Amino acid sequence: MSTATVEPEFVGRTSFIELDARSRAEMLMDAGTGRELVGPFERIESPWLPEQGIAPQSDDGCVVIKGQIGGKPAVVVALEGGFQAGSMGDVSGAKMTAALDLAARDSQNGKKTAAVLLLETGGVRLQEANLGLAVIAEVIGSLLVLRQHAPIITVIAGTVGCFGGMSLVAGLSSYVVMTPEARLGLNGAEVIEQESGIEEFDSADRALIWAINGGEQRVGMGLADELVEDNAAKIAVAVRKYVEAGLPRAHRSQQVELYRERIAALDVSQQIDPLTLRSSWGTAKKSGGAR
Amino acid sequence: MSFQVGLRGKAWFRALTGADSPRAGDPGSVLASDVALGKDTARFLCVVPNPQARFPCVRKGEVGLEEAYTLAKRIREVVEQDENQKKRPIIAIVDVKSQAYGRREETAGIFLAAAASADAYATARIKGHSIITLVVWQTISGGFLTHGYQANRILAFDDASVVIHAMHKEAAARITLRTVADLERLGHEILPMSYDIRDYAKLGLLHKLLHVENPDNPAPATVGQVRDALILAVDDARAGTTDLSNRFNSEAARQTRLAGLTARARMEAEWATA
Amino acid sequence: MEHLKFEYPSAKRRVTKKAHVGVVGSGDMEVLMQPSETGAAHVSVQTSVNGFTQSWKAVMDRFFAGYDGAVSIHINDAGATPGTVMLRLEQAAEVIEQ
Repeated sequence: MSTATVEPEFVGRTSFIELDARSRAEMLMDAGTGRELVGPFERIESPWLPEQGIAPQSDDGCVVIKGQIGGKPAVVVALEGGFQAGSMGDVSGAKMTAALDLAARDSQNGKKTAAVLLLETGGVRLQEANLGLAVIAEVIGSLLVLRQHAPIITVIAGTVGCFGGMSLVAGLSSYVVMTPEARLGLNGAEVIEQESGIEEFDSADRALIWAINGGEQRVGMGLADELVEDNAAKIAVAVRKYVEAGLPRAHRSQQVELYRERIAALDVSQQIDPLTLRSSWGTAKKSGGAR
Repeated sequence: MSFQVGLRGKAWFRALTGADSPRAGDPGSVLASDVALGKDTARFLCVVPNPQARFPCVRKGEVGLEEAYTLAKRIREVVEQDENQKKRPIIAIVDVKSQAYGRREETAGIFLAAAASADAYATARIKGHSIITLVVWQTISGGFLTHGYQANRILAFDDASVVIHAMHKEAAARITLRTVADLERLGHEILPMSYDIRDYAKLGLLHKLLHVENPDNPAPATVGQVRDALILAVDDARAGTTDLSNRFNSEAARQTRLAGLTARARMEAEWATA
Repeated sequence: MEHLKFEYPSAKRRVTKKAHVGVVGSGDMEVLMQPSETGAAHVSVQTSVNGFTQSWKAVMDRFFAGYDGAVSIHINDAGATPGTVMLRLEQAAEVIEQ
């Protein structure tokens, strides 16, 4: 009698979260089409980190791979969450901005080039403070030029999540893909606790953090497009789908009246129950221009 | 000396526009007014403290949900109205404590509100409206990304209390387990970490540092001086591109942002053959 | 920050591939390994943990005792243990020797 080993698909899968930035980016490209630009062997590193006794990384924590996704031109820009929490400095910001600018230029010249941003980042790199903040403003500016021509797909997988100024980049994107482990928000719980007190947000309350910032919540309330399990193949399928879909009818960040009214309708006399927002804002209830 | 963030902003908004109350339907924290500026009509925008704000975490001048979406609305209105006519300049008077640090804000997606405002500013700029930011006192982090950092040209008062930064000294000290004095010292060694506006100017992001007499209580002549600077900035912006490339192409940036510029140059060279 | 250099003149076997391994996280390091332009192996280390020159030399000596490729090695280090250093070097060498 043979004993067949049943290997649950989930156990046998490749975890996207466990991959480093480079592997994640390579995973998304059509086989053989990806070429890394300004890669580690060129060693364009941060000049500010060694001055502070911090070891730099050869690619400054930002990987840019140009190639094809689903047969269409695309560039993937991946932040390395394992290096300085994926934070933005002058070099990593310049790489991301330049990639977006060049994708925009190609798109304007007839070769529509989508951008896929793998955002594993706490935002500004405090060791580069004002340059970190400036590059995020520059990324935003460049993203919005590209976004006139081609979609920007943001993937947030975890474990760092997408916080700080880079959360605006997620908000500006055409599509946002998240895993249940991922978090998306402007301010992390620790910062809120620090600035506004533990009553406002107890940063030790992990359930609360995911209830507010987690992938399931953000997708449920319509602020992200798709919840995908931590499975590299499935995430690649989702990304391909959105590259293929092209520009959406409208971008969330342009739907000012919709969101202004939603905010005006909120009862803020007490904290807002996250689940309430899923039912009132969520994709189940589309109305008047909502996506 | 301003005791509270946001009051100098309000004073300058009033001085430059004659107005100091919000438009009908807007929250008390956002001021928007159209006034003559040189040969143009310009829309001035400012975020100010509103102790009566619905959201408790924005009462001291923080940029929160209502502020961000209202800015977005008032900017998009200008873009829509000027679709087929002369593009009004948009002047952001900036004096904001920070973004709002609250649970309600996170729950309701303040990241998207901030994105909506940045989107509106950048869209206006891309469509040919000159966006000029005047930093009169403080601007930190997400607050600046939301209100002011998408400008064609940034001007700031040359004043020891004017601060542009990614994180308040006190918060940064707490997070990095250092004293404020240590951080100030570090700021003198590492240029982008400095809290001094003159060091910020060396990064090449600033168009002009304005030397202004008595900025908390400006005389009419001083207001005139600033108005003239804004007019010149609008002209300079009009003569340039609609993107933000002037920031990293500036002379100062070529000194202080060499690594980033090198990365960009390599990217451009390698892209073509990839 | 310390910048260390080591030479291994007897590691002269020509190699043709490049390898990049690791992330500069706390307690970790990255290795960039590529064909040496001098015909012999040489190593540069940029480390945020000062005072361990002898420890680095010991690991490098041990690595090159078993490896003769003419490689140029650069390491950015944020406090990797000798065990981790050796592991990353071996991972890189494996890619080079494929």
